[in-house]
Amino acid sequence: MKAKSESKNQEITKPIDVWELRLYVAGQTSKSIAAFANLKKICKENLKGKYSIEVIDLLKNPQLAKGDQILAIPTLVRKLPQPIKKIVGDLSNTERVLVGLDVRPRN
Amino acid sequence: MDMAQGKGNSKSFVARLEKSPTGMKGLDEITDGGLPKGRPTLVCGAAGCGKTLFAMEFLVRGATRYNEPGVFMSFEETAEELTNNVASLGFDLNHLCTSKRLLIDHVRVERSEIEETGEYDLEGLFIRLEYAINSIGAKRVALDTVESLFAGLPNPLILRAELRRLFRWLKDKGMTAIITGEKGDNGLTRHGLEEYVSDCVIFLDHRVTDQQSTRRLRIVKYRGSTHGRNEYPFLIASEGISVLPITSIGLNHPVSTQRISSGIPRLDTMLGGKGYYRGSTILISGTAGTGKTSTAASFLDAACRRGERCIFFPFEESEAQIIRNMRSVGIDLEPWVKKGLLKFHAERPSVYGLETHLVTMHKLISEFKPGSVVIDPITNLISVGNPIDIKSMLIRLIDFLKMNQITAMFTTLTAAGGPLEQSEVGISSLADAWLLLRDIEIGGERNRGLYILKSRGMAHSNQIREFMLTDKGIDLLDVYVGPSGVLTGSARLSQEAREKGTELAYQQEIELKKLNLESKRTALEAQIAALHAELEAGTAEMKKLVEREKERQRRFLEERKGIALMRNADKKTDKGRR
Repeated sequence: MKAKSESKNQEITKPIDVWELRLYVAGQTSKSIAAFANLKKICKENLKGKYSIEVIDLLKNPQLAKGDQILAIPTLVRKLPQPIKKIVGDLSNTERVLVGLDVRPRN
Repeated sequence: MDMAQGKGNSKSFVARLEKSPTGMKGLDEITDGGLPKGRPTLVCGAAGCGKTLFAMEFLVRGATRYNEPGVFMSFEETAEELTNNVASLGFDLNHLCTSKRLLIDHVRVERSEIEETGEYDLEGLFIRLEYAINSIGAKRVALDTVESLFAGLPNPLILRAELRRLFRWLKDKGMTAIITGEKGDNGLTRHGLEEYVSDCVIFLDHRVTDQQSTRRLRIVKYRGSTHGRNEYPFLIASEGISVLPITSIGLNHPVSTQRISSGIPRLDTMLGGKGYYRGSTILISGTAGTGKTSTAASFLDAACRRGERCIFFPFEESEAQIIRNMRSVGIDLEPWVKKGLLKFHAERPSVYGLETHLVTMHKLISEFKPGSVVIDPITNLISVGNPIDIKSMLIRLIDFLKMNQITAMFTTLTAAGGPLEQSEVGISSLADAWLLLRDIEIGGERNRGLYILKSRGMAHSNQIREFMLTDKGIDLLDVYVGPSGVLTGSARLSQEAREKGTELAYQQEIELKKLNLESKRTALEAQIAALHAELEAGTAEMKKLVEREKERQRRFLEERKGIALMRNADKKTDKGRR
């Protein structure tokens, strides 16, 4: 697993066309609303035109929690590019979101 | 004690804690009915102590026996791994899952994939669990091991708060839950889960002493219920966990009055003429080389002859070696093995711990269903456990055998010089019959002696017999008991020869006297005959004399007639004369 993700990490330098993002929430909680707002803002500023966001409300579709191994709410899942990345929390720390999404390299 | 009382008075308590039976052998006895219904129970212990299995068995029993479906939320193993792991215990998880009585949800948390960027909660886990519970109508839940979330998710403060909420939530939903936790350095669990789960805490222990492992279980606390407070050994046996509360097993075995032969006719005679009781426990103790294995082998031989199945558990010799050795004393066990009546299970005691030995025996006995079982010798188990453990293991084994009416024979080696009437592992009080084999040293010889130390429920001989291993089997002989003491072997033979000599001389003397008497009698009889003859002769002479006299008189008369005739005397003359 580890070796695989390392090799993928090296591919980040290549230009990425699509960022497929999925945000898991559970109802309209303040954390969820904040997370969604933060995410939209970050994407607009950093991934202009290269992203798609899907919001999944687990209260409506509880069966979907299993697929992406969701425990924490809210959780942002980067489906593409591979490998899958998860960012939990309300995404209030923009720097960490960008690092977590591998948009910006870790210092 | 108080457990039984609690049971008896159950109706008198209004708000008595409801229990959810675990279905695990012995555990429901200790917990007085099971785990607290609708509440979480913490099961903790070090790695490999059987936590996962405990949780899984609780769900499987619930699903199969008590009509309570269960959700198994695994934070460590995948559904496939779990299924494979418990398949050996006969749990078919796939079947239970497809029939909607069990749901396995594998929760994978990969630290490397997760980044924390602010406030979060575990609502996702709640939703997932609730979805799982609702989809099969679960009544039981297992979380194994929820603590691994601490490794996978950042911010332990949030986690603690969320776990506390989770346990509360499970309680509110009325789920009987098992939460497993890894043993920590300072507390029962690494992350102090025991602070949150306060209703029932069970501690599992896998202890290794002298390189042998024993599993133990202890109920640390059980709020609102009486429970056994001891440490109980438990096994992961072929059919799951079985806790064996030695103290609570009742003595209510069925008993048989049927008698079975010991394989040694003379020994049967000593045992009230009929042999052992079926289903009894026979202990054979003796010093090295006194014929314990041979006695056991003749017992098995006799059992097989009756068409009974038997298992021989030798701890010292291999099957082939026993067969060869027993053949030299005229006991051929091989045909019984070939016929499938006799099964050998030879293992060094040190291959595994006591518990595993017990499990193996349990399993073999349950499968093979023998009428008799021999363990030779139980003293070898000392190398894998201390006497207390061995005793408790043997008690459990004996109880199991007695419940199944299986006659058991244990041999035990008495250390040379030690007290003879003491079995090394102290199980003599458990044995129904106890034969003691001892060597008797007389006249530079070592001979074997056998006597019955006890035999419950039958009149038995109090005599020592000399125990002979002949090429036609075991023979018991009377020992010489005379003025010069107890003699065996050649001393007995020579004493017997000596006695025979004296006897012979005595006999000859009598014979001689008889002859003398005979000749005397002949002589006397001859004398009597002679006297008889004399008497006879005398009588004959007398007779002749009488006859002669008669003749003489007749002649005289005739002569007188003649004279008268000559004188011409006639009637007239006669008349004239007158």
